[in-house]
Amino acid sequence: MAEKPKPRTGGAPVGRRAMLGMLGAGAAGLAAAPYLQRGWEGFLAKASEVDATGLTGLLPNPGGFRYYSVVGSVPHKDATNYELRIDGLVNRPKTYTLDELRAMPQTRVVHDVLCTDGWRVDDTPFEGVKLADILDAAGVRSPSAAVRFTCFDGAYTESLTLEQARRSDVLVALNMQDKPITHAHGGPVRLYVAPMYFYKSAKWLSGISVTDKVVPGYWEERGYAVDGWLDGADRDAA
Amino acid sequence: MRSTAGSTAPTGTRPEPEGRIRRFTTAERLVHRATGYLMLLCLVTAACLYIGPLALLVGRRHLMVTVHEWSGILLPLPFLLGLLSPAFRADLRRLNRFAVYDRQWLRAVRRRRKSPEARPAGKFNAGQKLYAGWIAGAVLVMMFTGLLMWFMGLLPFISRTSAIFVHDILAWAITFVLIGHMRRALEDPEARLGMRTGYVSRSWADRQHSRWLREERETVE
Repeated sequence: MAEKPKPRTGGAPVGRRAMLGMLGAGAAGLAAAPYLQRGWEGFLAKASEVDATGLTGLLPNPGGFRYYSVVGSVPHKDATNYELRIDGLVNRPKTYTLDELRAMPQTRVVHDVLCTDGWRVDDTPFEGVKLADILDAAGVRSPSAAVRFTCFDGAYTESLTLEQARRSDVLVALNMQDKPITHAHGGPVRLYVAPMYFYKSAKWLSGISVTDKVVPGYWEERGYAVDGWLDGADRDAA
Repeated sequence: MRSTAGSTAPTGTRPEPEGRIRRFTTAERLVHRATGYLMLLCLVTAACLYIGPLALLVGRRHLMVTVHEWSGILLPLPFLLGLLSPAFRADLRRLNRFAVYDRQWLRAVRRRRKSPEARPAGKFNAGQKLYAGWIAGAVLVMMFTGLLMWFMGLLPFISRTSAIFVHDILAWAITFVLIGHMRRALEDPEARLGMRTGYVSRSWADRQHSRWLREERETVE
């Protein structure tokens, strides 16, 4: 009796064809993705209008926001216990309550939200206090160069250069889509950096610290670009 | 039913349990088990990253991403190690080649004829052959698109969004195909026993894989 019988080698290599066929389909999918995706998004936008089950949210690129958190659980905060601390290289460190932030002049920014993971939400309105106003109120000392953000989830951090932080489309946001920002979306207060990828818009914002150089944020220590500019962003805008 | 000693069994010199036929060697079963666990890890972490309510529950995004990336990268490793086993390589050849009766098997599936006589098969049936080839290709496409997402700018002419689009759609296809794979296994305890112990009953082999033992005899002689 043979130790290892050779099966008959006749017959079409259908297994190999199935594999190569799948590889071909993958390559074709990559080539056609930009076109397919446009049609797909249009279809989903329509489908989600009539979808009461929320199942369309599971499909690829469903539109709408997705929940990301880098920790296991995040404490809930509201007007009774929320605080935003600004300190570091400033003349007047200060702690804001939610009501104090609401009483300041509010700015509305409408811009597309883009995640590095491919999902996007077009024309999303954010409202809140311009970060520049908060920095001015605190009196930034010179020389200083950057701003570091910390969050009450206890882990997430972000950064901007001072120049970026002073742009008029960078908000300490209180409202999104004309409603107070919910906990799942980073409420009650999150950062919104309109011209950059959404990971720059730290959720659950609790601290703003002026620093003498850029301190890379959470994802930036894990390979993301420190400057998260969107393609086509006007980098020189004031 | 014929009764039998192990002398007509296809592989191995090891003595076999009474009336049992050796279907898979230990190496093959280890390859299957390791691949299965890695695939499961891949899918569970994918769900935690992708499905909103699960993401809300689990969080820990960096940990999930790391486990997902590494279980994905390691997925072909059991297969590659398995290539060292002659029995595994022989089964790959069996899975690759389509015999005339495999087309008959596919016709029977299309006509919804379920009797084993209508669905002749060698050691592997036509469905298993197609599944094996397809999943091999699908895993390679997932690895490729996954690496494009992991190392941004690896191939600048493919946008990260395109890679994600293909990765997402194929992830769902794999999920459904795997559910089918597991349902087939759940329907057939003897097939599961074969994967768990390496042995199946002769009657099961004659019924579900009617050409298998006959072919083995022909090849050996």
